[in-house]
Amino acid sequence: MFIKQLSVFIENRQGRLEEVTEALVQENVNILSLSMADTTEYGMLRMIVSNPETAKDALRDKGFSAMLTDVIAVKLQDKVGELHKMTHILCSQGLNIEYMYALASANRVAMIVKASDGEAAAKATMDGGLELYSYEDMCE
Amino acid sequence: MIWNETKECMSRDEMTNLQSARLRKLVDRVYHSVEYYRKKMQALGLEPGDIKGIEDLDKLPFTTKDDLRDTYPFGLFAVPNSQITRIHASSGTTGKATVVGYTRRDIETWSECVARCITMAGLGQNDIIQIAYGYGLFTGGLGAHYGAEKLGATVVPMSTGNTKKLINMMIDFGVTGIMCTPSYLLHIAETINEMGVRDKIKLKASINGAEPWTEKMRSQIENMLGIHAHDIYGLSEIMGPGVATDCQFHTGLHIHEDHFLPEIVDQKTLKPLRDGMTGELVISTLTKEGIPLIRYRTKDLTSITHKPCQCGRTTARIARFTGRTDDMLIIRGVNVFPSQIESALLEMGGTTPHYLLIVDRVNNLDTLEVRVEVEERFFSDEIRELENLTNKITEVIKQAIGLAVKVKLVEPKSIERSMGKSQHVIDNRKYN
Ligand SMILES: [Zn+2]
Repeated sequence: MFIKQLSVFIENRQGRLEEVTEALVQENVNILSLSMADTTEYGMLRMIVSNPETAKDALRDKGFSAMLTDVIAVKLQDKVGELHKMTHILCSQGLNIEYMYALASANRVAMIVKASDGEAAAKATMDGGLELYSYEDMCE
Repeated sequence: MIWNETKECMSRDEMTNLQSARLRKLVDRVYHSVEYYRKKMQALGLEPGDIKGIEDLDKLPFTTKDDLRDTYPFGLFAVPNSQITRIHASSGTTGKATVVGYTRRDIETWSECVARCITMAGLGQNDIIQIAYGYGLFTGGLGAHYGAEKLGATVVPMSTGNTKKLINMMIDFGVTGIMCTPSYLLHIAETINEMGVRDKIKLKASINGAEPWTEKMRSQIENMLGIHAHDIYGLSEIMGPGVATDCQFHTGLHIHEDHFLPEIVDQKTLKPLRDGMTGELVISTLTKEGIPLIRYRTKDLTSITHKPCQCGRTTARIARFTGRTDDMLIIRGVNVFPSQIESALLEMGGTTPHYLLIVDRVNNLDTLEVRVEVEERFFSDEIRELENLTNKITEVIKQAIGLAVKVKLVEPKSIERSMGKSQHVIDNRKYN
């Protein structure tokens, strides 16, 4: 039901993002999707990767604050109204979206969603007729 | 002008006799009314009669801020509370304040000392003086205020905060003197220039203290405002502002020796040093009733001279301070110990995160940035949570030191460790 998102805290200073990507390359980790939320002083890098545990350990070894977060990956078709269908389902259940970003990798098209209540969001989207990618789907 | 010629211009022999007589009385008083002192003296096999004059001063034990803390709040008071008319307090290292009490006569003595200081700056009863120190538990505001009233000047109790309002009143009232921290006065001077009202200002002199400053800052203030700027020294344990000030010759700060007996001791051996040698300033409060202090270690580093001054005063002069023997920071006039911030961070739960204090001076106002490493236990994937963390840290530190600080979250292990222990303070302010 959930997939693992890799979250990394990075300061806004030169070269930090490169150090993250370098560490992932060294561990042969593939980045399927990435979003960056930034404030004036630091950024929050959120990623869906092929091997989250390995990636997390590698980053921690390099001194980063990195953690894995449960998020859902809602499968969406490439057509008008698909995203609205999802937001409508969540909204009607009174669920807040903390953040979301798109994933388009190989043949996978999805919206990565962190909702105020993950369990409820997963159930609601499935009940509403949408499909979720599994953890295994992402590791392929 | 000299406020009290009898006391400020006496011969060295007269001063020594007066100090000796007052020291004998002081020792006798604390021995009989403060158990803490009595025990300390008894431990050294000392009796009041052993102190015949100031030549016996070094037989007496030192007093430190720790003694004040150990006896918190009133343990060192030498009079019953019914005789205490005012309390002041300053922040301490462990969050517990250092508390001092004044009798009516102490307030009178304090006012007298501050009046002498203001007179040294060339101001008198015909002047209009703005007090732009904070009023409250901090000794700055009320101390300066009472002294200026004693002098007979017209006092404008501004406190701190609204700079433009202060400047407008300065113009409208024809203010001729101001008492505030030197960095705040520089800020005021810059604002006056920005407002383009320099020619409407009637200011003649300023008396600045509560934080370290330099000769360069003095000339900057004097040039920007076309005034004479004077340095005032004091600490709440001894009394507050007004322990010493420099006269128009600016060759050191005249200390009011008839009330405050100064010594300079070696930082390490604590042995008295000769005139001209730099060491820790130690003061005995010769006349204080509420909380008399014997050989109080100020932790301020300076040197002393007993040579009479060109101004006619004979009181000893202490040189501009060169630093401190501890890690205390003075930020916007407020005493801050890194350990206070450390214990505040401890309230965040568990162990103290690694932190770094960066002190700077921006537009002549001190700033304190607290960098805190984001360890796993604080970390969240949500920005909102991190912002909550920043706000919470800002709040606990504000509670602890009474100052608004800027909190910046940084990556783990990004703060340099030296010898396994992190270096906690970087002070970028320039004093020289
Ligand atoms: Zn002088």
